[in-house]
Amino acid sequence: MKKAFSYGYLGLVFLFLYLPIALMIFFSFNSNTPVTVFEGFTFDNYLEIFDNEELMESLWNTLIIAALSGVISCVLGTLGAMAVYNMKGWKKKIYSNVSNLPIINPEIVTGISLMMLFVFIFGNNLGMLTVLLAHVVFNTPYVLLNVLPRLRKMNVNMYEAALDLGYRPTQAFFKVVLPEIFPGIFAGFLIAFTYSIDDFVISYFTGGTFQTLSVYINNSLKKGVQPWMLAMSGMIFIIVLLILLVVNIRDAKLEKAKANKKY
Amino acid sequence: MRSKKPFYPYTLWMAIFVIVPLAMVLWYSFTDNNNSFTLENFKYVGDNLSTYLDSLKIALISTVVCLVVAYPFSYIMCKCKVSTQRMLNTLVMLPMWMNFILRICAWVMILRPQGILDNLLGVLGFGNNTIYHSETAIIIGVVYNFLPFMILPIYTTMAKIDKSLIEAGEDLGCNGFKVLKKIIFPLSLPGVITGITMVFVPAASTIVIGERLGGYSLLGDVIDSYYKGPSVDMHIGSAMSLVLMIIILISIAVMNHFDNGEDLAVV
Repeated sequence: MKKAFSYGYLGLVFLFLYLPIALMIFFSFNSNTPVTVFEGFTFDNYLEIFDNEELMESLWNTLIIAALSGVISCVLGTLGAMAVYNMKGWKKKIYSNVSNLPIINPEIVTGISLMMLFVFIFGNNLGMLTVLLAHVVFNTPYVLLNVLPRLRKMNVNMYEAALDLGYRPTQAFFKVVLPEIFPGIFAGFLIAFTYSIDDFVISYFTGGTFQTLSVYINNSLKKGVQPWMLAMSGMIFIIVLLILLVVNIRDAKLEKAKANKKY
Repeated sequence: MRSKKPFYPYTLWMAIFVIVPLAMVLWYSFTDNNNSFTLENFKYVGDNLSTYLDSLKIALISTVVCLVVAYPFSYIMCKCKVSTQRMLNTLVMLPMWMNFILRICAWVMILRPQGILDNLLGVLGFGNNTIYHSETAIIIGVVYNFLPFMILPIYTTMAKIDKSLIEAGEDLGCNGFKVLKKIIFPLSLPGVITGITMVFVPAASTIVIGERLGGYSLLGDVIDSYYKGPSVDMHIGSAMSLVLMIIILISIAVMNHFDNGEDLAVV
């Protein structure tokens, strides 16, 4: 009884989370233009995505920005984490609080404040570069917060041993420290990448006429729900689902292998 | 590791892209077009008081709804088998990867006149729904968008609780409710606080959701209108953002007061 209630509750919450997505996917196969009156089955809405040049361009923009900002954030975030790691007392507190500001602040404040800076520097030439810079600004703290615990867990003696054995500090960093903190950097990259893809507010304010996927969909949504938006949802859902399935199956296998080794 | 040199790039970066922009917000909010000092911009904050209250109210209600839904959800999740937990965790995260605007688009499709809900109500013989362009619609949209941000931190801290503590509580005669109250809740508090922050902050400053689902402008939309569109005035926009930022930072500081954890939990 109690169990049935528990599962029922989980089911209800998942219904709330997935019903809107399911409806979008269902109606993405609709051939009728008032999108929510089902008329007949079609794939046309999906084909329309590839014919829509502006949409394809915004999709491409989103992916490039996500990848580039992810990589740059990894470098900056790691440097930042090492800076915080080496500080003590109030200095450390202030430094880490300031570096967290872009993600503690409401997105809109980060967005408009960067927009003001960029307008001041570049005038009206907002575009890909400014969006990229803005994404690095809000992605870097996520990398920093993922790398810092790894640094703390690391044995400092290893680094010192490397120096004693004749490595220069940069060599010791790449050969000893980096492998230790790499899982943190990678986790930070994934978070940065996904936040970047999902971002709307920051790109909207710092982009000028440059459109990422979210910005383009928002501009089009002003004219109402378009059939290709539903198809886009269907496509994103399938891709994300596939990625998650692969990752989960791999994780489960790794865990099993680990467990087998233990006994 | 003790060398200071590698850190200059990051410090410089932070100064230019974190501190200078915020300093500009501060500067613009206290000046007019001729760069002379004025408090005039804050008059508009007063004029928009009802918008502030509306947005904060919606954020507060949405946060409470998310918490009430997410806490039992995480609790039940933790009682499942580890493999099931992993699957449920993934299922909670998946909607987060759908595009933010597309998630709003889904609710527009459902709630708008002659939308899915209306069609359904029509078939059942009821009239049209009155949810579209109302506060309820905004709250549904906000909860839908940010619920995973409440579930994930609560679940993560709850799953980390040492099971032997719970067993010890039971051995010492606590019933299920008392274990929840005395052991699980205090230990899951950091997750709850992270969750509240992660829902409240974006909810209070959200743009687009208000206009698309509620049909009226929330605080974020009003600030947006001072930066883009016909009535651009960065000075007023800055003053309004500054007040919003202060409200948010104060609420975060108050929330963190309840929690003595050192680091921000990261999802």
